[in-house]
Formats: sequence, structure tokens, C-alpha cells
Amino acid sequence: MNVTTNTRAQRMTFWEKLYLPEIAKGLALTFKTMFKPKLTRQYPEERWEPLGSYRGRPVLVLEEDGERCVACGLCSRVCPALAIEVQAGETERDKERYPVKFEINMLRCIYCGLCEEVCPEEAIVMSKDYDIVFHSQEEAIFGKDKLLVPIARLQERLEYLRQYK
Amino acid sequence: MSPLVLTLIKGAIALNVALVVAAALVYLERRISAWMQYRIGPNRVGPFGLLQPLADVLKLYTKEDIVPYNASTPFHRLAPIISIAVALSVLCVIAPASYLLLDDGTKLFIAVAPNVNVGLLFYLALSSIGVYGIVLAGWSSNNKYSLLGGLRSSAQMISYELAMGLAAVAAVMVSGSLDMNQIIASQSGGRWNIWFQPLGFLIFLVASFAETNRAPFDLPEAEPELVGGYHTEYSGMKFGLFYLAEYANMFTASAVMTTLYLGGYDMPFLPTLLGLQEGTLPRVLFELAVFVGKVSVPLFLFIWVRWTLPRFRYDQLMNLGWRVLLPLGLANIVITGAIVFFVR
Repeated sequence: MNVTTNTRAQRMTFWEKLYLPEIAKGLALTFKTMFKPKLTRQYPEERWEPLGSYRGRPVLVLEEDGERCVACGLCSRVCPALAIEVQAGETERDKERYPVKFEINMLRCIYCGLCEEVCPEEAIVMSKDYDIVFHSQEEAIFGKDKLLVPIARLQERLEYLRQYK
Repeated sequence: MSPLVLTLIKGAIALNVALVVAAALVYLERRISAWMQYRIGPNRVGPFGLLQPLADVLKLYTKEDIVPYNASTPFHRLAPIISIAVALSVLCVIAPASYLLLDDGTKLFIAVAPNVNVGLLFYLALSSIGVYGIVLAGWSSNNKYSLLGGLRSSAQMISYELAMGLAAVAAVMVSGSLDMNQIIASQSGGRWNIWFQPLGFLIFLVASFAETNRAPFDLPEAEPELVGGYHTEYSGMKFGLFYLAEYANMFTASAVMTTLYLGGYDMPFLPTLLGLQEGTLPRVLFELAVFVGKVSVPLFLFIWVRWTLPRFRYDQLMNLGWRVLLPLGLANIVITGAIVFFVR
């Protein structure tokens, strides 16, 4: 028989066996904790500002003379969740092509960032938006009106891409 | 005013005070537990989140009331009523202040039922009836987890009632009365029982934790093993009543502890320093404030201990009850008896 006699429980001192001093120690600890600074972030008032590396909602870069996108359709091809739909059209500007329709279904998007990675024009990038809300399936399909974001607000991400992509 | 009407008015006031205290305790419990875990706690509903219990009750009222299939409906309905009724009726023997001297020379006692010569016995008896609510809830739900919770709670309450009673006996020997007002009167001038009965106080405290089913003795509702324990199958305000009963029990247990060991509404020296005559309104208000202050100490302790200590295992619980607290209580009685006999 494998019997151990000198177990840890038997080696407890008298005061430890009495439990009361140990309980008092525990109570002192929780009492001290009451006055320590809190870790909770009060969300709607205190928002977390992500870094450039954060992959939030994918958006289209809007420059002064219109969007960068040339409607090549690579993002739509690479998207593993089939969330992106692009329809190309012709334009008088130098880039010759532009997206007539550019839609991302945010219920399908998995925030993988492959569209951004594959884009030859750096036209679609991941933003910092993480609170994406909609009330119906129709509302979840974001068109150009919601996707186009001025380039000034995406500087940090573009900087990050230039450095690490 | 006839004594009956007067008692009914006092009873109504006591009832409302108890419910408000229970609501305040729910709020405090959540707030203090949050602070002890580096959190903030409920702070959205009303100023500092003070209206949180109101929102909770509103939510419970609007919830669907589900009675499980094959449950024993009358008993299922009766159980929460017993729990809350017992928890609230104990209040009538508690004296939060002494008396008010009326113009015609009669004394208006503040307690709902003042000078009951079996006051403490009444408390011990009623607090053990509380176990019926829990056992019935467990049995009538037709659910094995509920039943186990109910069984545990009955075994636990019976074991700890003994220790509690023995501790109280020693305190009563020192005070010389079972009447709550007399017990407080005998402790006047700072001769509180806790100075003479430190061991008795400790036993009473531990037994009170077990009686009110609070951590570390909350085995009847041990979430990890029994889902919710005896109230697993309760929803809506029926569950709310159990919840309320737990906090009302905490309040009454603290009030009895204050009466027995902490001198009730007695505060040495200060009333005479402030020149407060016995029987005047300022004196009564002062006593009420002292009582509230003293009761809040064990109440905070209840919450504090719950968020510090882990739950006991069932055999440990029984060991502590029968093999530690009971002999200690008996020894305490013998020693107290000897001292009372030889010194007086």
C-alpha cells in the first residue's frame, strides 16, 4: 500500500490549523484591494484608441480628387468570406477605371485584411472602427457612401503598411 | 390610539425599512464585491447607480414565471412566501431604540413587539422555520439539483442552530434575560457582551453565516455543483423573494448579533455628554443612529467574508459544525456558568 504519512496538511503549524489568522490575512488583502485603482474602462465615455496595426472595418481611401480604387476586383477575388462586390466603370481621370458599385457585406467580413494585402493601389485599408452596428441584414451591406474615408484619417494605417507590409 | 393600531403602524414601518435595507444591501454587495475585484460595479442607474436594485426588481417583475412540469404547484408557490415571511417577521422583536416618553407619561417603545420575555427564543425558533422554505422549494421543484440543495440546507441549518443556540445561551447567562430590551439594558454603559463573550461572539458569528446560507457556507446554492441549488427552478419575482429573504436574513442576523453582543443601541458616555434625556425624541434618533451604525459592521462583514473566503466542502462544513463549534459552545457555557456562579 502506498501510504504517505507526513503530508502537508499534517505539517501545518498550530496557528495555521486554527484558520483564524489565515482568514484575517485574507480579509486584510480584500480590504486593501477595495482602495486600489480600478481596471474597468467606462466604455462609451472612455474609448480605446487602437494602434495602426489594428484591423478594424475595411474602408476605401478617399483622396482630394476622388477614390483611389481602380476597380481591378482583386479584393473581391481574394476575399475568403465572399463579402466584397465590385462593379467597374470608365472615367475621364488618369486612372481610367473606377468602381461604379463597391459593396462590403459586414455580416460576412471576417476582418482578415487580405483585401488590403492584395490591393495594388493601397486603396482599401483596414480602419480603426470596431463598433459596427446595424439593425437589419440590408443595413449590413456597406456601399461607397459608408466605405469612403478621407485619407487624412487613415494616415496611421498607411504608415504602418508602408513600414511592415 | 389603541395598542393594536400602533403595533400595526410600527410593523408596517419595520417591514418597509427591512425591504429598503435589503435593496440597499444588494447594491452594496455588488459595489463592494466589485471594489474587491478591481472593478467599479453598477454605476449607471441613477446617481452612483443607487437605483440599480429598483431596476433589478422591475426586471424580475416583468419576467415570465415558469413552473416546471410535474412540479408540486402549491408548495412551489408556498416556498418563497415562507422564506420571506420568516425573514421579515423576526424583525418584530428587534429593538432599534429604547422608548419615547409621551405627554401623558406612557412609554412608546420603538420595537414592534417590545419587552417580549421570549424575544431571543422567538428569533431562534423563527430562523429555523426558514429552512422549511428552502426544503419545500427544493422538493417541490421536481429537480435533483434543487432537492440536493434543499437537503444540504436542512442538514446545515440543524447543525449550526445548535452551535448558535449554545453561544446565545452563554450570552443570555451574562445578561440574565431573554427579552431583547433587557439584554440591551444589561449591557448599558459599554459593558457589551462581546468583551465578556469573545468566543461566544465568534461562534454566533460563524453560525449566523451558516444560518443565512452565506459564503463560505452557501452550500445550498453552490453554483459549480448544484446549478442554482434550491432556487434553480424559480424565475421572476418568486426567485426575487428568495433573494430578498437572503438579504433580509442577513439584516436580522446582524441586528440580533448587535443586540446580543454589541450592546444594541447603547453608546457609553456620549448621550450624557450631549445632554440627551432618556425618552426624548433626540435621544431616540441618536439611539437609532447608533443602532444603524452598529448593524452595518456585521453587515459589511457578511459581504466582506463572502468575497474573501472560498466555499467549504460539505464534510468540512459538518466537521466544523459538530466537532469544533458544538464542543466550543458547550465549553463556553460551562466556563461562563462557573464565572457567573462564583463572581455574582
